[in-house]
Amino acid sequence: MDGFGSDFSSAAGSGKMDTGTIMEQVKVQIAVANAQELLQRMTDKCFKKCIGKPGGTLDNSEQKCIAMCMDRYMDAWNTVSRAYNSRLQRERARI
Amino acid sequence: MADFDFNSSEKADTAELQKMIAVEQQKAQFQAQVHNFTDVCWDKCVEKPSSKLDSRTETCLVSCVERFIDTTLTITNRFTQMVQKGTH
Repeated sequence: MDGFGSDFSSAAGSGKMDTGTIMEQVKVQIAVANAQELLQRMTDKCFKKCIGKPGGTLDNSEQKCIAMCMDRYMDAWNTVSRAYNSRLQRERARI
Repeated sequence: MADFDFNSSEKADTAELQKMIAVEQQKAQFQAQVHNFTDVCWDKCVEKPSSKLDSRTETCLVSCVERFIDTTLTITNRFTQMVQKGTH
């Protein structure tokens, strides 16, 4: 996420970008960062779950495990996201 | 991010832009937190990945998020008290 400010100040200062364009870029950069974070953590978790002793190749069962693990990790991410969101809403209602 | 050089006609735009960016930043913060929770709770709740996230795992994930937040609050409160009393 570095380089955020510097990218904008040069482009925005010259008056070449309108608010909509800037916001679109902000959203895209955040989405890319989010995807990279997910990818990195998912790789880490699924490597640990699926590759016991690294062999000569990724064998068939390991590849199946990785595919399954990816799907479940994304399910878990969504479940966690919903749980966190509902907790935030409850906390807000308490105040 | 505070060093934009806008003229007066662009001031309103800038204020609006800053508001919208703040909203996006909040969303990004939420997502970052979800990444952290998922990381911790995956290790606690998921044994062997199967063809579906079973209901036991799902319940565990939800409880894990709730208890992690409870833990954060408890520790924050206790730590604040410790600092205020000057015991450590």
